[in-house]
Amino acid sequence: MKSPLSVLVAVLSGLLVLAGYFFPFPALIAIRTPMLDWAVTLAGIAGLVAIINLIVGVHLKRLREAGSKRFFSVVVIITFLIVAAFGFYLGPADPNFQKVVTAIQTPIETSLMALLAITLTYSSLKMLQRQRNWMGLVFFLSVILFLVINSGVLAFSAEIPLLQDLLSGFHKIPAAGARGILLGIALGSLATGVRILIGSDKPYSG
Amino acid sequence: MSQYEPLIGAVVFLFTSGLVIFFSSKKIRTKFPPVFRKLSAAIKLRRAIGLAVEDGTRIHVSLGNGSLVDPANASALAGLSTLNRIAQLASTSDLPPMCTSGSGDLQILSQDVLRGNASNTHSLGQLDPGLARMTGVTPFTYAIGAVESMQDSGTSANVLIGDFGAEAALLLDGAENQGSYKLAGSNSIIAQSIFFTQADDTLIGEELYALPAYLGSQAAHQASLRVQDILRFIVILVLLGAVLTRLAGWA
Repeated sequence: MKSPLSVLVAVLSGLLVLAGYFFPFPALIAIRTPMLDWAVTLAGIAGLVAIINLIVGVHLKRLREAGSKRFFSVVVIITFLIVAAFGFYLGPADPNFQKVVTAIQTPIETSLMALLAITLTYSSLKMLQRQRNWMGLVFFLSVILFLVINSGVLAFSAEIPLLQDLLSGFHKIPAAGARGILLGIALGSLATGVRILIGSDKPYSG
Repeated sequence: MSQYEPLIGAVVFLFTSGLVIFFSSKKIRTKFPPVFRKLSAAIKLRRAIGLAVEDGTRIHVSLGNGSLVDPANASALAGLSTLNRIAQLASTSDLPPMCTSGSGDLQILSQDVLRGNASNTHSLGQLDPGLARMTGVTPFTYAIGAVESMQDSGTSANVLIGDFGAEAALLLDGAENQGSYKLAGSNSIIAQSIFFTQADDTLIGEELYALPAYLGSQAAHQASLRVQDILRFIVILVLLGAVLTRLAGWA
């Protein structure tokens, strides 16, 4: 059962912030600005709650279960406690603290980026197995075509006006397609936003 | 931004809201029932949910690493509606859906959705709060954490709906290794192209926002889908009008 009060507060807050954007009267701005600040603060607190939920609800629970992943949970919990302790003691803006955290985080994320490159190459090769339809074929041929065009192999086209016009036309196709998709996404976002702002869709129970 | 843009925005908002309320009314829905084109992804997802309930496996919903305070939050909100509907459809299963997200606000909301469904099915005591979790705060840590979560929980179907980047490839690769069904949709064009190569079914463009309606969600979802169609026709007419005006030399 959704609480009518929480729905009312959510809908009114949303409408007030939106009204402040559409009609920037001083009175509306005076309400809108602190409300947005509260939202950002709340999002920060929600992040903290979610981290505690991850540590307590997932990793501490896993320590009680038998399994090979118990070790990783121990590493996560110990690392979290160390980072949190130093973060509270030194402050998150401390340059030495940031240096240590970044020195660990950056190489890990870079290796994941390398892994991503391999994964994407492999899935591109496997794509035609999965998408055995004309859309898959068009996608595959487009990828090959634009890889060739952007590789610089056709650099001599600058001297052939007709070929240059053709390639220039080809370059506009992805932009046109992306615009079409983005228009659809914008309309979908608008309809979803309206549904939530008028209270007919409530992704919260209150 | 010109002085008229906020005013145009307000008119569009009021017009859209009016249409959503109009099409949500029972009278209109009965008199003019909605007819939507077939979305094979939604049909397959319903089948995957049915199979998961029969097999005693879990469905994993991934909301991406966007946040509610980001401009791209509408896709995550559509993901929450989808999670709600999946939880309703899988309510007879012993294993409720699991949800991973990359921000605290979405984690709290997804936990709230799962709790609400457990409350409706009188199974609140058995609900594990760890089923809705934030697996990481950066895109890559989120993806790796989500892969680990789905491998832990015996997942047979993965639904990725929200704001993703290139890291979604790692998530889908993890799901592929598990041999589970993968349905994916995002507001990001980069993520959509990756989904097209790796997912079993991809939601392109606005199909992402239509999924809750196709899963038979509330009347408001179906009404907003009708409104989307009307707005799309208006956009097409405006574009055609602009082209004709330019061709005629009036602009």
